[in-house]
Amino acid sequence: MNYIVGHYNYFIAIFLMMVGFYTVISRGNLIKKIVGLNIFQVSVFLIYISLSTVKGGAAPIITEGVKVYSNPLPHVLILTAIVVGVATTALGLALVVRIKEAYGTIEEDEIHRQDNSL
Amino acid sequence: MIMDAVDVSLTEAAVGAGVSTVLMLATLALTKDHEEKQPEKNRHWLPLAVVLMTGAALVYGTLDIPGFGDPTSPAQTHVSPYYIEQAARETGVPNIVTAVLASYRGFDTLGEVVVIFTAGIAVLLLLGDKHQKPITGGAKEKRIPQNLVLRIISKTVIPLIILFALYVQFHGDYGPGGGFQAGIIMSAALILYSLVFGLEAAERIIPKSLLTFLISLGVLIYASVGIVSLFMGGNYLDYSVLADNQIAGQHLGILLVELGVGISVFAVMLTIFFTFAGRERPR
Repeated sequence: MNYIVGHYNYFIAIFLMMVGFYTVISRGNLIKKIVGLNIFQVSVFLIYISLSTVKGGAAPIITEGVKVYSNPLPHVLILTAIVVGVATTALGLALVVRIKEAYGTIEEDEIHRQDNSL
Repeated sequence: MIMDAVDVSLTEAAVGAGVSTVLMLATLALTKDHEEKQPEKNRHWLPLAVVLMTGAALVYGTLDIPGFGDPTSPAQTHVSPYYIEQAARETGVPNIVTAVLASYRGFDTLGEVVVIFTAGIAVLLLLGDKHQKPITGGAKEKRIPQNLVLRIISKTVIPLIILFALYVQFHGDYGPGGGFQAGIIMSAALILYSLVFGLEAAERIIPKSLLTFLISLGVLIYASVGIVSLFMGGNYLDYSVLADNQIAGQHLGILLVELGVGISVFAVMLTIFFTFAGRERPR
């Protein structure tokens, strides 16, 4: 019981990660794949932020009278990763738009059929 | 807020509300309105099996993870106590996240900004000027039809958003915030403007040429701070040598670096939005 209460964040993160993973590998639509990748990414953020939490800790801004702070390092890594994530997602979506213009479709099977690559 | 990650939640809120939704919708508009029915093949059980197995392995892995909020876990006991104890004394910046982001791990952040810069350039190259809509006429159809409530509300709200972005930018040393968040909030304000008043109007305020200049300017400011500190006798991105004493130098360096980050992020996000929104829908 203690184990479940102490780890529920990680279970949620794993669930999210698997939802994203399933979307990426089971869907042929390229936009859906990118959405899946984004969900996967969010789950990683959640893991990092969960790791940084300290029971009874405050937000890592030095304040008088506060002794315990949560770990600032994962916060740094994740807040840059969020912004980088949007930029790279935009890059992926730009590629999707170009694929649509070149092939007239964004379904993976159809693209493979046109290329005779499967 | 349960997890005390104020900076992260500010970023995620700004990104989620301001940028990524609009981006997804813009792509959907450029590709297609409806999804074709996928042929029902037996492609569902194999991914499901793989996912379930991976998930089970990961849950098994959590058996060894220290519990949520455990102060003795390895993540809490190595480098971060140093940051928490020394950051305020060494940099004079109360927000530890900002201190670590801009000063202790300045190199890392420079790399992240370069990634954002590269992604912006790549989007420009992929969807750049070739098939852009003619500025007159075409741009009008994308705008939300004249709606009094929308126009008045956004006219009132946009200055406040910009003000808040500037506050987040320059108050990042003391409260949650910094260049990343400010850049996103700022670009969200202009995205809102161009959604309501049309792309044409927004491009009159910030022309594309200015944006491409700003993308590089931000990275340039960041990298030059490092070079200046080299010339003043320190290591690359060692801000302590920038002013007479360590605290003032660190403060100046962090402020400049955050400014560079803010400018770059703002310009990249807005460029990405403009290129997506300005692209002609393929027939």
